[in-house]
Amino acid sequence: MSVVSKVSQDGQKLTISIKGRFDFAKHQEFRESYEDKQLSAVVVDLKEATYLDSSALGMLLLLRDHAGGDDSDVRVVNSSTDVRKILAISNFDKLFDIS
Amino acid sequence: MQPMEPLTILIAEDSAADRLLLSSILRRQGHEVLTAANGAEAVEAFGRQQPHLVLMDAMMPVMDGFEAARQIKALAGETLVPIIFLTSLSESEALARCLEVGGDDFLAKPYNQVILAAKIKAMDRLRRLQDTVLRQRDQIARHHEYLLNEQRVAKAVFDKVAHSGCLNAAPNIRYLQSPYALFNGDLLLAAFTPAGDMHVLLGDFTGHGLPAAVGAMPLAEVFYGMTAKGYGLAETLREMNAKLKRILPVDMFCCATLLCLSFQRRSVEVWNGGMPDGYLHCMASGERIPLPARHLPLGVLSPESFDERTEVFPMALGDRVFLLSDGVIDTCDANEQLFGVQRLQQVFAANRQADALFEEIEQALRDFGGEARDDVSMVEISLLEPAQITPPALVYSDSGQSCPLDWSVSFEFRAVTLKRFNPLPYLLQLLLEVHGLRAQSGALYSVLAELYSNALEHGVLGLDSSLKRNASGFARYYQERSTRLGELQEGYVRVHLQVTPTDDGGCLTIHVEDSGKGFDVERVMARPLEDIRLSGRGVSLIRQLGRNARWTDNGRSARVEFIWEALA
Repeated sequence: MSVVSKVSQDGQKLTISIKGRFDFAKHQEFRESYEDKQLSAVVVDLKEATYLDSSALGMLLLLRDHAGGDDSDVRVVNSSTDVRKILAISNFDKLFDIS
Repeated sequence: MQPMEPLTILIAEDSAADRLLLSSILRRQGHEVLTAANGAEAVEAFGRQQPHLVLMDAMMPVMDGFEAARQIKALAGETLVPIIFLTSLSESEALARCLEVGGDDFLAKPYNQVILAAKIKAMDRLRRLQDTVLRQRDQIARHHEYLLNEQRVAKAVFDKVAHSGCLNAAPNIRYLQSPYALFNGDLLLAAFTPAGDMHVLLGDFTGHGLPAAVGAMPLAEVFYGMTAKGYGLAETLREMNAKLKRILPVDMFCCATLLCLSFQRRSVEVWNGGMPDGYLHCMASGERIPLPARHLPLGVLSPESFDERTEVFPMALGDRVFLLSDGVIDTCDANEQLFGVQRLQQVFAANRQADALFEEIEQALRDFGGEARDDVSMVEISLLEPAQITPPALVYSDSGQSCPLDWSVSFEFRAVTLKRFNPLPYLLQLLLEVHGLRAQSGALYSVLAELYSNALEHGVLGLDSSLKRNASGFARYYQERSTRLGELQEGYVRVHLQVTPTDDGGCLTIHVEDSGKGFDVERVMARPLEDIRLSGRGVSLIRQLGRNARWTDNGRSARVEFIWEALA
């Protein structure tokens, strides 16, 4: 599985981990990882993500929308230098808490 | 398992007794049987009746089974017609030969009914599988052909929309786009404003294929429409963002860099949302100033939180702005290494002839061994003398019978309005109802724009134009402008327009007043007209383009005239 999701014990936090290239091929899996859940906080763990393309950015927007749009709490963690560069170019740090 | 459909099976066997035996077995199993006594007859029977499967004796007179198998396979083409060799041969070489010439299996004599039935069944499965594969392949090919044709048509339509601007006509634009870049979401637009400035947009939609191209249509429409009407980057950006936000699904957006190149003011205004760094190449120093993304892409933020702030840089004649899409720096080699910004900058550093840059970048991409991508876009716009750039003449559709010739109108734009609203397009549209003014619409717009920005920036906002004397001050000036505008509480700009008929034409007087502190009129007027410093260009431009330009009330009030002769 290249997209793994885990809900914290108190049921409040969903962690989605992406492995390998984060691109359109992961569209389905990524959506399924959060679609049926109502959660107050979401963490996207990119520790094992090697690359991220613009459709992945679109998927992050969909996740943000699902999690409440402007009121959402979506954090993107463990991004590599390359991935962080892509997020920075798109100025996604203005929408997501990126570390 | 479903019962097997009866097959037509050809038996090629020189022994009449064996033929009879096999025929009766197969008929009992429900199949239809054709027979041949040698290879030549078998080939002939095959050509005539296309059986589904062939049982072929290896050793036969006239033509042996090996040759017959070869010919039948050739006749069958892509369709799988399984051939099962009937053989008493036992040495492995002969058996192998049966398969080499195209046989699919063999059956040793004497025949075992159960094994024969099983083999026929297995071969029939294979035959059907091949059939399905071929049918689906043809179907995919048909769909693909259909899709390509749709793309061709859509591309032709889009090329008309996207290239209705000045992309190909302007002498200062060079661009390179891979042929189907559009269908990977890349978009390149360019058009003149009424004042003769040039707006350029390089955009990159998320996603691929037609969905990406679909979003490009409304974007192009807003770009051309608003540029032609004289709207600035800020208004155009706000409108484009709002439109895309409204029509696109959440996960689709458009990274874009929008430029306004002013030949008169020798400057470039930039807004970059999510595109790779562009570069402003100063020819004198050789320096390349990066134009990085400061904003989220278009179509992400709601209109309320959208940020249309731009940056302004001075340019010298011959300086170039270079923009590129991520197809360039995201090209991957075999090991999934990205070409990257560093390699791009190495190409920059090695570049000796500015005009060869595109070719050098393409060469570098090839040397890098990257897989060719179909979303590579590059564009380079250079700053020329205004005289070298000729915006196309505007086309008007009305006859001129209802042209207003004797009127005046006054506006007062107050602080809250000055913050967000650009009145110039409306004023220009109003003035262009006067046919006599249409021939000078460029000069008219330039003068209106200069008068208005002087009144706003130096008057209401109290900005000192001497800040713009050098490049760093230039940037600071525009930062300060946006800060002060944001904090603006009071002040006004008044615009009075008066059109009066004369014996042989008419006269327009533009009168602009502001609430600022004014300036030392005599000192500014003493400057030579041809002064081309970065600062104070507005005043000399107004004096050159308009008639009887004069400033009163310590510079708080400016007047200028335009006259025209009656049209034949």
